[in-house]
Amino acid sequence: MLLTAQNISVARGGIAVLEGVTLALATGQAVVLRGPNGAGKTTLLRTLAGLQPPLKGTVEADEAALVYAGHADGIKGALSVHENLGFWASIFGGGDVDAALAAYSLAPLADRPAAALSAGQKRRLGLARLIVARRAVWLLDEPTVSLDTAATAMFVAALRAHLAGGGGAIIATHIELGLNEAGTLDVGPYKARAAAFDDFDEAFL
Amino acid sequence: MIALLIRDLRLAVRAGGGLGLGLAFFLIVVVLVPFAVGPRADLHRVIAPGVLWLGALLACLLSLDRIFALDHEDGSLDLLATAPLPLEALTAIKALAHWLTTGLPLVLAASVLAILMNLPAQGYVPLFASLVLGTPALSVIGTFGAALTVGVRRGGLLMSLLVLPLYVPTLIFGAEAARRGAEGLPYATPLMMLAGITFAVIALLPFASAAVVRVNLR
Repeated sequence: MLLTAQNISVARGGIAVLEGVTLALATGQAVVLRGPNGAGKTTLLRTLAGLQPPLKGTVEADEAALVYAGHADGIKGALSVHENLGFWASIFGGGDVDAALAAYSLAPLADRPAAALSAGQKRRLGLARLIVARRAVWLLDEPTVSLDTAATAMFVAALRAHLAGGGGAIIATHIELGLNEAGTLDVGPYKARAAAFDDFDEAFL
Repeated sequence: MIALLIRDLRLAVRAGGGLGLGLAFFLIVVVLVPFAVGPRADLHRVIAPGVLWLGALLACLLSLDRIFALDHEDGSLDLLATAPLPLEALTAIKALAHWLTTGLPLVLAASVLAILMNLPAQGYVPLFASLVLGTPALSVIGTFGAALTVGVRRGGLLMSLLVLPLYVPTLIFGAEAARRGAEGLPYATPLMMLAGITFAVIALLPFASAAVVRVNLR
């Protein structure tokens, strides 16, 4: 198992949004998170990524095997496309920048300042980071936002290659990726009921 | 770690990087104070160490909110927090980058701008020494303040209020060493106190900053 979550509750702004989520990710497997806006997909992903602790339950994963990609791509406009990717490559220990650029057809844009990229190109640059990171588990939050059909196909191809190489992915998305092998987890049924206050200071209110 | 330092330095020197911000502010303060005080060279000589130190401190403060705010806005901070780099190293590198882009230029500029304040010749070495020893503390404490206000929109005001009291010991001992030096008195004691403060904050505050960033990212 690349990642297992046992009966976890996750909270946003101190209020539980999901509870009792159990999830296991095996090698070569992708799990697609579904649910309406505000259901807690992002919060669940951030919890799995270790950015926030779960309220209850445990997440078991090798932290050195995770890479997270959120709504923002973490791109510096003043740096060129190649410099942006090169930075992440050296942070994650030296992935192949040129191969990652090629996978998202960014090679012709390599020397352009990232500030001059379109929204879709920026997103492609953000996704190329996952390739240079060379981590086993991808935690992706709406990866296909602002991508056109061709770029979405590039993403699916990169994802397939990643899964074939023994990786895993948990993806929150609203669109159909065409990944037949992917499992689906609808977060709707796990919606937290009105939080039962058992806080210590509740007795004094 | 080196990659992060290089990236931060590169961002600082590129357009919109804010390398000149602190320096320009410092220049303005030091040029304008003699006009405000009036043409009294004897008075300038007395206030020179204090004005130079205060100018350097405020110039440092000016660029603090860039340390984490920009990385937080574009999502880099989330990604860096999940990267293999420990957050303690991240905050230490951020402080170092801030010192290299703000503190170090101020130290070098102060040695030149002291002429405008009519600093006595014997005061240059202690001024330089006190700034070299003191400005790293300003960057490290400032990084802690910036970490406390990560995620607070327009958190600059709150950060200034949090950081200013923490700056007071550094200012007192730094300016005192420079003043004693300018007056030809022994200045080793305040300089050692200043060095003590600087090394203590360098040793301790990156851990505090990392803990605070971790909480603020939740």
